[in-house]
Amino acid sequence: MSDEVVIGLEVHVQITSLRTKLFCGCSSNYRDRPPNTNVCPVCLGLPGVLPVLNEKAIEKAVAVALALNSKISEKIVFVRKHYFYPDLPKNYQISQYDRYGLVPVATGGRVVIDVGGLSKTVRIRRINIEEDTGRIVYPEKTVLGSKYALIDYNRAGVALLEIVTEPDFRSPREARIFLEKLASILEHLDVADTSLEGAMRADANISIGGRARVEIKNIGSPRDLEKALSYEITRQLNIVKSGGTIERETRHWIKERGMTVPSRAKELEGEYRYFPDPDLPPIPISKELIERVASSLPELPDSRAKRIAKEYGIGDYMASVLVLNKRLCDHFEHTARTCGNPKLISSILVNEFLRWLDEADIPLSTGILRLSADRLCKLVQYFEKGIVSIKLLKEYVRLAVLEDKDPDDLVRQGITTIGEEEELERIVTEVFEENPKAVSDALRDPKAINFLVGQVMRKTKGRADPKIVNEIIRKRLVEYGSK
Amino acid sequence: MFPPQCSQNSLISSLSIRALREKVREDPDFLFSYIEEIYKVIEKHEHQLRAYITVRPKEEVLRDAEALLKSNNLGPLAGALIAVKDNISTSGIRTTCASRMLESYIPPYDATVITRIKNAGGIIIGKTNMDEFAMGSTTENSAFYPTLNPWDLERVPGGSSGGSAAAVAACEATAALGSDTGGSIRLPAAYTGTVGLKPTYGLVSRYGLVAYASSLDQIGPIGRYVEDVAIMLEVISGHDPKDSTSLKVAAKDYGSYVVDRPIKTYRIAVIEEMVEEGVDREVMAVFNKTLERLESYGLSVEFRKMPIIRYSLPVYYIIAMAEASSNLARYDGLRYGLAQEVEGRLWTEVYKRVRSMGFGKEVKRRILLGTYVLSEGLYEGYYLKAAKVRRLLYEEFMRLFKEFDLALSPTSPILPPRLGEVIDDPLKLYSLDVNTVPINLAGLPALSVPGGFIRGLPVGIQVFGPHFSEGWLLNVARLIEVAGK
Repeated sequence: MSDEVVIGLEVHVQITSLRTKLFCGCSSNYRDRPPNTNVCPVCLGLPGVLPVLNEKAIEKAVAVALALNSKISEKIVFVRKHYFYPDLPKNYQISQYDRYGLVPVATGGRVVIDVGGLSKTVRIRRINIEEDTGRIVYPEKTVLGSKYALIDYNRAGVALLEIVTEPDFRSPREARIFLEKLASILEHLDVADTSLEGAMRADANISIGGRARVEIKNIGSPRDLEKALSYEITRQLNIVKSGGTIERETRHWIKERGMTVPSRAKELEGEYRYFPDPDLPPIPISKELIERVASSLPELPDSRAKRIAKEYGIGDYMASVLVLNKRLCDHFEHTARTCGNPKLISSILVNEFLRWLDEADIPLSTGILRLSADRLCKLVQYFEKGIVSIKLLKEYVRLAVLEDKDPDDLVRQGITTIGEEEELERIVTEVFEENPKAVSDALRDPKAINFLVGQVMRKTKGRADPKIVNEIIRKRLVEYGSK
Repeated sequence: MFPPQCSQNSLISSLSIRALREKVREDPDFLFSYIEEIYKVIEKHEHQLRAYITVRPKEEVLRDAEALLKSNNLGPLAGALIAVKDNISTSGIRTTCASRMLESYIPPYDATVITRIKNAGGIIIGKTNMDEFAMGSTTENSAFYPTLNPWDLERVPGGSSGGSAAAVAACEATAALGSDTGGSIRLPAAYTGTVGLKPTYGLVSRYGLVAYASSLDQIGPIGRYVEDVAIMLEVISGHDPKDSTSLKVAAKDYGSYVVDRPIKTYRIAVIEEMVEEGVDREVMAVFNKTLERLESYGLSVEFRKMPIIRYSLPVYYIIAMAEASSNLARYDGLRYGLAQEVEGRLWTEVYKRVRSMGFGKEVKRRILLGTYVLSEGLYEGYYLKAAKVRRLLYEEFMRLFKEFDLALSPTSPILPPRLGEVIDDPLKLYSLDVNTVPINLAGLPALSVPGGFIRGLPVGIQVFGPHFSEGWLLNVARLIEVAGK
C-alpha cells in the first residue's frame, strides 16, 4: 500500500468587515465584550424571532467567489442544518446546502499556490454563507478538568464564509501555503481580518494511502494547520506500522499540547436534516451586483506578485512569498519605497523575519512593530555603509524580532562589523604570529585559509566582515609567498 | 347572537370596536366603566370557560387606559381590550404557548402586531388558552386546562386559538388575535359563532409569533362583528422589515368593504370535494341556505371539482410537522423556559429531561414525525414530494381564481365536538381541518363567519379567495352576517 497523503480543507472565515451579524443588528465585533452582552432576541433564538439577512454579506461572498474563480449561483438559498449543541441557540444553524435542488452561494473555483517554486492548482468545491455559533468556555480551560461549562453567545450569528476545497493537497506544507494564500486573498478583498483570534478556522480531512478518512477540527492558523497535519501523519503511520488500522473519526487539534485527540461522537450527515429555511425566501443575485463587485475588485495577490516582482526587481519567488500576507507585503512596499534596496529588504523579510516569527510563534503584527520600517531602513543603511556585515545583519533581525532590540542601540553598544582595514590588518598580524603552522599550511593549500579566517572572526567576536578578512588574508599570504 | 355569558350582561360588554371608540371619544371616562364591565364578565364566567392563561390585573389595565387617555391616542382601536393568543410575544407578559416548556417565560420584546395594536390605541387584556404550541383543533391540548365552548359547556371551542375565540364570544374581550396554521383561527371562530380571518401569507408580520410551521403560520383577528375584524386587520397588516416573508404591500382601508351590498357581482365557486363525504347533513343545510342568500343578491354560485385537494391533509401534516420539529428544537431549557439542574449532568441528559417533561404528547408526536420525514433517505419521498404537491395545489387554486372571484365551504365538516370526543383519535382530530388546511398550503386568505345555528350551536361558513382578496371576503362575510340577523 502506498502512503500517499490526501488532504482536503474546510475553512471557516468570519466576514469581520461587516458591521453587524448575519441576521440581526448586533455588532459583528464581539471581541473583548463582557460575555453575553453582544446579543439580542434574534441571535439568542428567543421564541418568535425571525432572521433578516444582512445583504452586505452577499456582496462580500460574491467578491470572494470572483477572486477564487468560482461560479456564482443565481440566488441565495438558506437551509437549516440541525444538531443539538449548547453553543447553538436555535439548535439549528442557518447555512447553505448543495443537494435536493438547493445551492450554495458559489461552486467550483481554483487557487494557484507556489510550493517551493512550483505552481500548483487547488480546486475549490463550494462557498457557503452561514452563521457562527456561540463559544463554550471551560472555567478550568479543559473539558475534563471542568465541572461545568459556560456559554458566551456574543459570537452567535456572526457571518461566516465556509470555503471547501477538493482533496488536492499532498502535504501539510501545501495545505499551509493554500491557507496563507486564501487568508491573503481575503485580506486584499477587505473581507476579513484573519489575524483576529478565531476569525479563520480550518477543519482538515486527511487520508493516507487510501485508508480511512480522519477529520481534524479546531485548527486556528496556517502554522497550526501544518503542525496538526504533520502530527496526524506521524500518528497514523505509527499505528499502521504497529499493525493497527485507522478508524474513520473526528479529532480535535489541541494547540497547547501540539497533538490531536479523539472528538465527541461522530456526526453523520444524515442527521443534519437539511431543509430550506422557511423564514428566508430565496434572494436573486443580480448580474448588476456581480458586475458592480467585479469592477471594484482590488489588486489581488497574484497580480500584486507580478507587479512587485517587476517594479522592485525582486524575483518571482520572493514576490510570491511576500503576497501570501497582505500586511507583510504592505510592509515590504512601504519600506522599499522609503529607503530603497528592495532586494535586500525582501530577502530579510522572506528569509529571516518570517523564519523567526514562525519559530517563536509571534504574530505578524507584533513582528512588524518590532522590525518596523524605521528599523529596517536603518539596517539597510548600516549594511550599505559596511557598519554591519550580512552575517551581523541577520543577527540584528533575530534580536529585533525575538527580543524587540533596536538596531541603533546595538550599534551604540559597539556591536558592529569592524570595517576599518587598519584594525583588521592589526588583528590579522596577531593571528599570523600566533599560528605560524597554519600560515605555512595555507601557503601550500588554499583551503586552509578558512582556519585563519575563523581565528580572526573569533578574536573579533564575529564583528568582522568575513569577506574583507578573507581578502586581507589572501593579500598577506601572497606577500608572504613572494618573500 | 351571543352566548349567555355575553347576552346576560348589559349591552356595554358586546360593544363593537367602532361603537366603543365613538363612546370613548365622546366621553373618555366611559372607558373605565367599559373595563369594569368586561372584568365583571371575566370574574363571573372565566372560572368556567377558562379562555385565558393570563388575565392582566384590572389595575394594570386601568392604568394603561389612563395613560392612553392622557396621550389622547384615540386611534382606530381606542380603548379596545384585545385578548392575545399565548403564542404571540408580549413584552413583560408571560407567553407560554400553553406549554410547560414556557410556563414561566416572560419575553423581553413585543411582537410587531402587539406594537401596532398599542399604537392604534388598543390595550392588551390578557393571553389566551390554546393547544400547546398551536398543535391541535380543540384547545384540549393545552398543558394547563381545556377551554370550554360558551355555547355549550360540554363542547370544545375549537382550536388551536380556542381561548381567543371563546373570550371574544363570551364578551371577555373586545376582540382577539389568533394564529392560523391549518385552520386555527377559522375553526374556533366557527365553533364559537365569531368571525375569524386568516390573512394572505405575508400580509401580517410573523415577528413575535412563536413559530409552529413557519411557511403556513399567519396571525389574524377574531371578532364578534365582521367590521371589528376589518378594523383589526387594517391595524395589524402591512410590511414589516423584521419579517423577511412579509410582503411589501400597502395597508388597505378594509372597513370600506364592510357594506350591506355586494361591491362586485362576485362569481362564487364551491369545490365539490369540500362539501362531499364527511360533512354533517345539518351543517350542509346551513351552508346551502347561505348560498341561496348570496344568490339572492344576484351573485353566481357554481360547483367545481378539484381532486388534488384530497391530498391536502397528508401534505399539510408532512410540511407542518417537518417545520415544527425544526422550530421546536430551540427549547432545551438553557436560555429560557423550563429549567433543570445542570451541574454534574451531561448536557445531553439535561436536554432529554427538559424536552421529556416540557412537551406534551401531541407536540412530541409531531416533533417525532417531523424528524422522521426530514431524515436522510426519507426526505425526498416525504418532504420534497409534499412540497411538490403543495405547488400543484397552489397552481390549481390559481386556475380556479381565474374563473371565480371567491369560493365558499363549510368551515368545519361537523358541529363542535364534545370534550374528549376526538382528542384520542389523531386521524379524527386532524380531519376537522380538512376544509381549512388547503388554504394555508396555498397562502390564501380565508375567513369564517357564522352562517346560522343548529340546536343552539353555531355553524361557520368559510369564505376564501385569491391572494390579497381580504376586502372581498369581508364584503361577502358582511352579507352573510346581515342575513343571519
